Amino acid sequence: MRLTLKIWRQEAPGATGRMVGYQVDDADEDMSFLELLDVLNEKLILSGDEPVAFDHDCREGICGSCAMVINGEPHGPQKATTACQLHLRHFRDGETIVVEPWRAAAFPVVKDLVTDRSAFDRVIAAGGYISAPTGAAPDAHATPVPKANADRAFTAAACIGCGACVAACPNGSASLFLGAKITHLGELPQGRPEQDDRVVRMVEQHDAEGFGGCTNTGACTVSCPKEIPLDVISQLNRDYLHATTGSRRSA
Amino acid sequence: MVSLVPRTNGDAPTRRTPRPSSVQLKYVMAVSGAVMFLYLVAHMVGNLKIFFGAESLDLYAAWLRVVGAPALPEQTVLWLVRVVLLAAVVGHIVAATILARRASRARPVKYAHRSRVAGSYAARTMRWGGVIVALFIVYHILDLTTGTLNPNGVYGEVYANLVADFAPQRWYVTAFYVVSILALTLHLRHGLWSALQSLGRTRGGNLAALRATANVVAIALAAGFLVVPLSITFGLVS
Repeated sequence: MRLTLKIWRQEAPGATGRMVGYQVDDADEDMSFLELLDVLNEKLILSGDEPVAFDHDCREGICGSCAMVINGEPHGPQKATTACQLHLRHFRDGETIVVEPWRAAAFPVVKDLVTDRSAFDRVIAAGGYISAPTGAAPDAHATPVPKANADRAFTAAACIGCGACVAACPNGSASLFLGAKITHLGELPQGRPEQDDRVVRMVEQHDAEGFGGCTNTGACTVSCPKEIPLDVISQLNRDYLHATTGSRRSA
Repeated sequence: MVSLVPRTNGDAPTRRTPRPSSVQLKYVMAVSGAVMFLYLVAHMVGNLKIFFGAESLDLYAAWLRVVGAPALPEQTVLWLVRVVLLAAVVGHIVAATILARRASRARPVKYAHRSRVAGSYAARTMRWGGVIVALFIVYHILDLTTGTLNPNGVYGEVYANLVADFAPQRWYVTAFYVVSILALTLHLRHGLWSALQSLGRTRGGNLAALRATANVVAIALAAGFLVVPLSITFGLVS
């Protein structure tokens, strides 16, 4: 199949970028979107041009590396699918496809489609962990977890930290990511002792990184390749309210 | 998740944490919105007294000014309500402005390809819809509270003021009222459930039900508000 690509090209952080058009005549509908970019890059290299830089790692939809907005939608038009798992059969022959990096002040463009998402690492470092002594692993049966809590924690834990929620959000908010981590850890007994401190610190870091506030549009959950539900944001708000009211502590 | 550019010192760049936090601003939006919503319900129900005749409505309006008397001086409750409402309106607008500014800073470069936006029309028009509602409130107070812009404009003659205001030849006033109420309905359609979400009261299981309820309540409120001016303009009340 024949595809026209319009891709954001930017040489370096802070450099002026622009959309550049490319033609790929020998695309196959069984190719993944990243394979399409591989084919394009082979051509660019052979003709002495700079290949399109893009993030990728596992190419099986679980690492959260690939990050590109395809036709205005993070990870493209296919529901619950990362860009690496998106196949060209979801596009029409002859279609023009617009490919852009995540657009957020907190995710500055490094080159072309590659953005620096270390803001997420710092949000995690602020509280997205549990403190546990090292040594022999405790018996898995030692701490019972009700099925409902385990299920909810698991649903939230499916977040791969790709940043699609930020890319989709009209406010550039990372609330879905925050909510996923808060819910994932807070639903389990091991995460409870640090629940209050965690939410306050993570929200603080989230805001400091320059992410916007949530207006509950739900665009994040639609774009999320792991279908993290919107109610994790409600959990985030609930935990924050609990942590910052009463005599426990103040934010 | 990858970190491709190592920071010079490996630490977070020093950034100031904005205050209040984005979540706290959402609480302000939710609580002030709830206060205004409760007032709107009372306001709408009171308006319906127009269908019981001029005496009923004017008496009700006069009562609003003496509620609490003689335990409290006249107009105490009235002004208490007004002050709380004003605080809610100011809080709502200030928090919304801060959030909107942060949102625009959070995405300095816009997308070249605008997708069919996910999320409801109501959610996307909260900011401009809110501005329309705010402008309407200013006009509404000058029209029917102070009487400045009212063709009758006599203090205490609520029924007569309304009938003069929404007279058929002043159809444009009715039209503006209808547009404003529709903007309010969209605002509430998203705002009602969104407030509960912001206060952490929603759950995966009740989200759909809450959104449906928000729709029903917003439409019921709009119907209650619209029936008054439309009845006058179409001659059912005169």
